[in-house]
Amino acid sequence: MNRLLAQYPQKVKDILAKYPPEHKRSAVMPLLYLAQGDKMHITRQDLVDVGEICGMTETEVESIVGFYTLYYEEPGGKFRIQVCTDLPCALRGADEFYAGLCERLGVEDGGTTDDGLITVEQVKCLAACHRAPMLQVQSGHGLDYHENLTVDLAMEIIEGLRQAAQAEEKEAQA
Amino acid sequence: MSYVLLRHRDIPNLKQLDVYVENGGFQAFRKAVTEMQPDEVTGQVKISGLRGRGGAGFPTGLKWSFIDNNNWPHYVVANADESEPGTFKDRELMEENPYQFLEGLAIASYAVKAHTAYVYLRGEFWQVAHFLDACIAEMEKAGYLGDNLFGTDYSLRIYTHLGAGAYICGEETALLESLEGNRGQPRLRPPFPPSYGLYGKPTIVNNVETLTNVPLIIEHGGEWYRTFGTEKSPGVKLFSLSGNVAKPGNYELPLGTTFRELIFTHGGGIPNGRSIKAIMPAGASSSVLPATDEVLDTPMDYESVRTVGSDLGSASVIVIDDSFGMDWVINKTLHFFKHESCGKCTPCREGTYWMMNISDRLTQGRATQADIDLLESVARQIRGKSLCALGEFSTMAVVTSIERFRDDFEAKTRTEEAEG
Repeated sequence: MNRLLAQYPQKVKDILAKYPPEHKRSAVMPLLYLAQGDKMHITRQDLVDVGEICGMTETEVESIVGFYTLYYEEPGGKFRIQVCTDLPCALRGADEFYAGLCERLGVEDGGTTDDGLITVEQVKCLAACHRAPMLQVQSGHGLDYHENLTVDLAMEIIEGLRQAAQAEEKEAQA
Repeated sequence: MSYVLLRHRDIPNLKQLDVYVENGGFQAFRKAVTEMQPDEVTGQVKISGLRGRGGAGFPTGLKWSFIDNNNWPHYVVANADESEPGTFKDRELMEENPYQFLEGLAIASYAVKAHTAYVYLRGEFWQVAHFLDACIAEMEKAGYLGDNLFGTDYSLRIYTHLGAGAYICGEETALLESLEGNRGQPRLRPPFPPSYGLYGKPTIVNNVETLTNVPLIIEHGGEWYRTFGTEKSPGVKLFSLSGNVAKPGNYELPLGTTFRELIFTHGGGIPNGRSIKAIMPAGASSSVLPATDEVLDTPMDYESVRTVGSDLGSASVIVIDDSFGMDWVINKTLHFFKHESCGKCTPCREGTYWMMNISDRLTQGRATQADIDLLESVARQIRGKSLCALGEFSTMAVVTSIERFRDDFEAKTRTEEAEG
């Protein structure tokens, strides 16, 4: 049973409709985003399911996952806090900002908080150089930019994410 | 002068379809489809002298005229993979003036007789892609996309496609590979995309800013566009100003504006009582310029920047003040290029790794005098030996920093020798 076809039939159809029917392979990247979803990583079964839809082998799909940085083969935090520390941001204090954020969260570079909610990592340029320091939050809900930050402001954003996750969990239990 | 590209700064809510239409939106597309032959559209863009704004500066109309009319269907792809450190202009255009960009894409599609166009956005522009999807839906509803446009037999559909974090996909053939569902690795050129592009079909790939110029060129004519800028670099350009300046941001200025005017008049100069040390005019891929009076008074057009030893590229001007050492600056750019090398060509894949390694030693004060020459030698050996420009780009700042700021590097090795 193909999980994506069973769970998201309309979404799969919409994705495939963007490309010529004889070039289904073009759908591999949007399908991988769909598969990654809330769990924020791609499983072996996902590789098979995506491959089945767009006519690729498991190995070919895995080569796509391995090449692009926004797909994850290992589970991480529910939210990935990604701080740009490239040159233009670093000229405006991004390195110090990133170090401060790691310290406040009590994690190493690239680490995940004990509650498994937040992974914090450095990433390459995000096209927001004029509003550094900045970060993006990647989750199953997509990607959000937060700009012109201080460590305090970033901690407020993270607190908001924690509360949203708790509310979601309560809702799921009820 | 009123804005050509950043018109949203003059007109509030321009990102709403009704406001865009009230302000002349889609008149150019209507005019092209109902009153002009595709070749005439290309002709006006040729007359305008518009050159590609993604970095290479290739004449846009000329590129369109290369489309192979013996092989069908044709495609147009908007390159919205903006990822060069220091560049953030296309994002503002798509977020704030999306319909002008999409209209430009539609006109380009008509000019090369394409019925399908894609917008390839970097994966991080997830929000932008969803916003553009909504704009495209509005255009379909209002009859600006779909079948039988303006009562003619011309039809056009536009789709967005999200990348997933790979700088290399800004290179047009890597972008096409990625859009086909492959790893984003560049193709050997020629053949170029106008003869062999998406799915092996004739394809035009243009940058977002390039396309955003097109509606006003068609509306006012190619000659009008030449009233801005210089003889050889006509028109206006978005300059993304970042780094150590008081007011970083996007500035729309005629090509040929001097560095001094951009950095000091518009950008408010250097903050914190510091003085300007160096300029990177084309993001992390730049040859670094020392901020001398001669450089500051150089007009920023494709030809003049070359005469002082750099390139205008995408005009992502990174300003560096005198508190930073150039050894640290290139360490930052090398970590970027090492991470972004796609791995296809050995000189780039291995070379960026070794340059980063030597540069790490230098910034950490563990290098000797000989390491400076070794770094330069590795950089020079990468040049001209990879399929795409990324390999070349990774060496620009390295070679020019060592050449023009050698003291910064030697100071690091001197500390080591004194302590040792």
